[in-house]
Amino acid sequence: MASNKAKDVLFDPVLKDNPITVQVLGVCSALAVTTKLDTSLTMCIAVIVVVAFSSAAVSLIRNHIPSSIRIIVQMTIIASLVIIVDQFLKAYAYDASKQLSVFVGLIITNCIVMGRAEGFAMKNNPWDSFLDGIGNGLGYSCILLIVAFFRELLGSGTLFGLQVMPDMYPANGLMLLSPSAFFLIAIIIWIVRTLRPQQMEEA
Amino acid sequence: MAEHLSIIVKAIFIENLALSFFLGMCTFLAVSQNVKTALGLGVAVIVIQGITVPVNYLIYQYLLSDGALSWAGYPEVNLDFLGLISYIGVIAAMVQILEMTLDRYFPPLYNALGIFLPLITVNCAILGGSLLMVERDFTFIQSIEFGIGSGFGWALAIAALAGIREKLKYSNVPHGLRGLGITFIIVGLMALAFMSFGGIQL
Repeated sequence: MASNKAKDVLFDPVLKDNPITVQVLGVCSALAVTTKLDTSLTMCIAVIVVVAFSSAAVSLIRNHIPSSIRIIVQMTIIASLVIIVDQFLKAYAYDASKQLSVFVGLIITNCIVMGRAEGFAMKNNPWDSFLDGIGNGLGYSCILLIVAFFRELLGSGTLFGLQVMPDMYPANGLMLLSPSAFFLIAIIIWIVRTLRPQQMEEA
Repeated sequence: MAEHLSIIVKAIFIENLALSFFLGMCTFLAVSQNVKTALGLGVAVIVIQGITVPVNYLIYQYLLSDGALSWAGYPEVNLDFLGLISYIGVIAAMVQILEMTLDRYFPPLYNALGIFLPLITVNCAILGGSLLMVERDFTFIQSIEFGIGSGFGWALAIAALAGIREKLKYSNVPHGLRGLGITFIIVGLMALAFMSFGGIQL
């Protein structure tokens, strides 16, 4: 039973309860870093690390946080983790950190991190929160990598910087610009919601 | 003078925070159901952005950047890495103050913004504004202009989106696209429209 719950916590966010398509969290940074697969991969790893550890940390001290200042406390924890990730990237992956520029810092304000800390970690034990963090990070990464895959493939004809499209394929510059990311996410949402009608909104 | 104007115009139209940097998307999509709330939030963002960017500029220039503490006798100290945490602290404090002010003097707006006011703290547009300011080496005056301009651009975008979504109630959208999906497509089209400003050389 216990392992079953852990599995649910870990994998639910990937499909059933995806942070981007269902909960509309964290789209902010999801779109800007997806012009290339390798930058988005770096971003994904950074986000997974931050979500998992911040959820676990918030959950560890959840009984000691006065509810009036909990936002500030969560912010401080998240900000410290992001600073660690940022410094780490600068030290070991300088090029990637240059390309991500302000978006590493913006993980702080990524609603997924905040949302999980507030919505899940404040009520659950550290281990579940840690798994929930990883799960949500994975759900986020899935969408991010799908979008990045299509943008890099159609926009510059490459994958991870390697040429895959035939030479006569004209690179579609629009895919590298911002509007295409919106369209791609819309299409993903459309597909997901058609396959899972219970996620549809009445609007 | 022309240089100052160009920063403002650039921040509002060409480098619109919401539509070309994707900043503040969560609130952008969630609070754009009707024009009135969207405008309220937009004004709140302009105010917060206009205050926090210059304040963060001062903090960065006189406390954090390399050699900034030389006035205090520590020329070799570089507190750059504390940047993120101090900016977010300033933003959180400002939002708290704005929340209390609105609660006291404009209760209707306070009620309308509801839970979205604290969410401004986690609005990437605000933190993003400060980070872009640091990255671009503005002067103090420029940082004020950039703060207000970018806040205004964001407000403009959310008000426009809310206007479109209000009209959208009358249209027959395919089932899977209702709500979030179609909103994304609209934002994409708006981003395309805003890109037409990109050719303007200032």
